[in-house]
Amino acid sequence: MLKRKDLISTKDLTREEAELILETTFGMKEILQREVKKVPSLKGKTVATLFFEPSTRTRTSFELAAKRLSADVVSFTAQASSMTKGETVRDTVKNIEAMIVDAFVIRHRSEGIPNFIAGITDASVINAGDGKHEHPTQALLDTFTILERKKKLEGLNIAIVGDITHSRVARSHMFLLPKLGANLIFVGPKTMIPKDIEKVEPRIKVAGRIEEVIEDLDVIIFLRIQLERIESPLISSLKEYHNHFGLNLTKLKRAKKDIIIMHPGPVNWGVELAPEIMNLENNVILEQVTNGVAVRMAILFLLLSSR
Amino acid sequence: MRKVLMDKDDIKRTLQRMATEIIERNKSVENLIMIGIIRRGDILAKRIAKIIEELTLFHPPTGSLDISLYRDDIGIKKVIEVRKSEIKEDITEKIIVLVDDVIQSGRTVRAAIDAIMDYGRPKAIQLAVLVDRGHRELPIQPDFVGKRIPTSKDEKIIVLLEEIDGKEMVGIE
Repeated sequence: MLKRKDLISTKDLTREEAELILETTFGMKEILQREVKKVPSLKGKTVATLFFEPSTRTRTSFELAAKRLSADVVSFTAQASSMTKGETVRDTVKNIEAMIVDAFVIRHRSEGIPNFIAGITDASVINAGDGKHEHPTQALLDTFTILERKKKLEGLNIAIVGDITHSRVARSHMFLLPKLGANLIFVGPKTMIPKDIEKVEPRIKVAGRIEEVIEDLDVIIFLRIQLERIESPLISSLKEYHNHFGLNLTKLKRAKKDIIIMHPGPVNWGVELAPEIMNLENNVILEQVTNGVAVRMAILFLLLSSR
Repeated sequence: MRKVLMDKDDIKRTLQRMATEIIERNKSVENLIMIGIIRRGDILAKRIAKIIEELTLFHPPTGSLDISLYRDDIGIKKVIEVRKSEIKEDITEKIIVLVDDVIQSGRTVRAAIDAIMDYGRPKAIQLAVLVDRGHRELPIQPDFVGKRIPTSKDEKIIVLLEEIDGKEMVGIE
């Protein structure tokens, strides 16, 4: 059992807690392959998803995870509720809590909102992404996908490519993967990598180009480029970004044969990844999606089963 | 105080007898699947399957079942570990022999029956246990019993198996 009420960040997750979540996920994934893909473990519990920022994919994944465990699910999205009528976050949460729910799954554009909500409710709170802060379940599902493919994490060389500074996924990885014994390499333009990061955590290194490190990599994770940032001073053009920080077959030729290629989705094909990457064995992007449900089942079960 | 009730040879002989009974009861062993409850039940299921093979030349498929997500004490019991079940065969129309080391309340078996039904519709489910220690809380009885050990509720039955415990015995303390 996790002896905690909430999952807000990977930063405050111990190695033992992370390993328990990953271990439990193997059991949950097996359920998804059965004829009846549902177990009665959370019968009678209620999970509320509260998405102040739209994300159909993550919300669906959480909802399915809760349903596979027999919990009831209610969904609130910013567009469809009184949040657009100027209701405060606190009022929204308190009102839903008054309907008796056991867990909130929160997505918000501002950093710290899930943590704030955790402080004002007795229900469990799971952070489904808050601004540039963290996205712990994405990091955990990525880590599970790596563990399932590579059978270990210790000593693996894992690169994350893209806008590291503004990515909550990269941030959650930064706290999680080194804790589990993996080496992390941030690849991107200098303007998009936190300054002096390698001095903070000895397992983190920095590279300016994929070509500098590709031969040593076991895993390469691409971050989605936020198209609204294009033509900002950070990126000059999509074509240039693809040439420098995208992956194509030519760059991949120098990589290990069994390197796995990951992306939290949705992919901008032709920007982060060349379209010819789509059909490669090395591409595990859809496995990540499946594993997302299994990891979220593990987290919901571990948080709610002891309450 | 720990008292040994069965040693290595006793366990071996007992499993042999149980395998024979399973064969006698199910004329066509080709239809059997042995499913053990994690963790010690699945070791016993594999052992019984091997004995059945020695006696009939047919090795029944085996599987392992984790029942933690079907327990009726989630939220009451503090530590529940989820392990990975492994049932590769289609169980539809098969005869499932469910195997566990000890039966007491019958609640684990109830959970296991529910879990198996989520994999398909077997022709029948039979239950084999190494030790029946009594104290049933549900109307569930094993079809094949290694040893009946009358116990008081505060006594503890210990089953150790070479594969995970490094030694082999059934004891009481």
